Amino acid sequence: MTTRTPKQKFVMTPLGDSAIVIQFGQTIDRAIHRKIKHLADYIETHPFHGFIECVPAYVNLTIYYNPYLVWKSLEKTSIPNTMTSYDYVRQTLETIIDQIKGIGEQVERTVEIPVCYGGEFGPDLQDVATYNHLTIDEVIDIHSNGDYLVYMIGFCPGFPFIGGMSEKISTPRRSSPRTSIPEGSVGIAGIQTGVYPIATPGGWQLIGRTPLDLFLPNNDPPSLLQSGDKVRFKPISLEEYMAYQEEKK
Amino acid sequence: MSIKIIRPGLLSTIQDLGRQGFQKHGVIVGGAMDRYASRLANMLVGNEEGEGTIEMTLVGPSIEFEQDMLISMTGGNFSPTIDDEKAPMWRPIYVKKGSVLTLNVCESGCRAYLAVAGGFNIKKVMESKSTYLLGNIGGYKGRALQKNDRLYVNEMSSIAKKIVQKVKFEADRGPFIAPKWCIPSSYIPQAEPVLRFVEGKQFDQFSQQSIHDFCDKPFDISQKSDRMGYRLTGPKLNLKEPMELLSEAVSHGTVQVPPNGDPIVLLADRQTTGGYPKIAQVISVDLPIIAQLKPGEQVYFRKIDFSEAEALLLEQEKEIDQLKYSIKCYMQ
Repeated sequence: MTTRTPKQKFVMTPLGDSAIVIQFGQTIDRAIHRKIKHLADYIETHPFHGFIECVPAYVNLTIYYNPYLVWKSLEKTSIPNTMTSYDYVRQTLETIIDQIKGIGEQVERTVEIPVCYGGEFGPDLQDVATYNHLTIDEVIDIHSNGDYLVYMIGFCPGFPFIGGMSEKISTPRRSSPRTSIPEGSVGIAGIQTGVYPIATPGGWQLIGRTPLDLFLPNNDPPSLLQSGDKVRFKPISLEEYMAYQEEKK
Repeated sequence: MSIKIIRPGLLSTIQDLGRQGFQKHGVIVGGAMDRYASRLANMLVGNEEGEGTIEMTLVGPSIEFEQDMLISMTGGNFSPTIDDEKAPMWRPIYVKKGSVLTLNVCESGCRAYLAVAGGFNIKKVMESKSTYLLGNIGGYKGRALQKNDRLYVNEMSSIAKKIVQKVKFEADRGPFIAPKWCIPSSYIPQAEPVLRFVEGKQFDQFSQQSIHDFCDKPFDISQKSDRMGYRLTGPKLNLKEPMELLSEAVSHGTVQVPPNGDPIVLLADRQTTGGYPKIAQVISVDLPIIAQLKPGEQVYFRKIDFSEAEALLLEQEKEIDQLKYSIKCYMQ
């Protein structure tokens, strides 16, 4: 994405009659991510009438709105009533994107996630090592020294889609998925790495487990990680893992 | 003020209009499958539209009222009775202390909603009373209602009190009293199983044959359908050529097609994001139609323009506003 077109570096499409998708590109890219994050932050702090919420993804931002509330707000203005709520939301967003160009650098947060690698918590660690012709210690070393970014949260509450893992430890999903993966499990799927916030079925290669809770339904926000966070995995021993668990009680 | 569950029915949960503002944390929206019915049930008993109601599924519950109470029922027809006397739907009902409401097997539709004046006294989780079953969150202890559960009810609104006052003028016999008025029949859905849709993001990437089949042929609702989504079987839907998509947000009514070619209509408890191609998006006003279809039944899809979809939504919202206003005026 090096070519700079003078205008319109995004495409907007409706997602049904109550949401709009702003697409900034086609491939996973940190610059695109920053744009999406910046726009999401701005809209959330400067919501238009009828705005419900927005959801950042790898290459786009989806904005949910209530067309009736938008329409009601238009009724009070001089805007021609031939305009649909969608058109109005689209115009509003175009103006916002134009306005915020080049405004402010975002503050990046780094979250440290302690991980007890291997053993009972990481039943696939040896497979990952074997697949990549590495030793277990090398896999742990590479995984815990990555420069990770949370692109989006989705799939299940608090589940981070993390990019930035080294291809040296990239491993395909297991041929037969497990029926239940314990919460806190740290896994690898292709060049993705992630942490399961709640117990769920899944086919990722499990290399360790974190004692941290990634989904906190009674907290605000309920997700430990947010889109835009940097993540660092820190190896801990089983004793340290137990101590964390003890502390939570 | 409280009600007691005598028999829970097949799947009875507390639902409101869902959790808004938490999808970016991966938290599902949830809420009533048939939001229209849930909103109207609340309006009939003077509640805010977004108050929690009991959503029941296929086989209804049996519920004892431990005080005199104003209630209403909307949605599918479960042949409700109160102390063995046939009880009306789409109408406020003032029930006597000790009376028992029984909802039977669903005759038409799939889900019904019970609202109580004042709403259930339940702690909100992430700003909603909705039960998220997989996450064991919200509603009554994060789960479906069970035998002997006791749900407490908040004090009713001033509109509800007026409805009760007016109702009490009418004959005071039997286990309940219902006023003469009810929701005009034009408000009660009489829908054919046809879902209107606007094009999904990857609509054009599907083969001509698949698009034709999707718009023309019936699809069977699989038994594996639930609050997360309705899985459909019928003609297989294929892309012109296979494509890999990155995960992105989905919505209530998104129709996505996994590689096996069987479409899934995402509903109330859908995941927040998905990575399958989206052939269609069911329009908002038709979401109650699919919520009232049973597994085993058939459904058709019909394509409409985006502007028509929005116009239909605005029209319905205006009608709902009007109804709200009429109830208020009537009670003055």
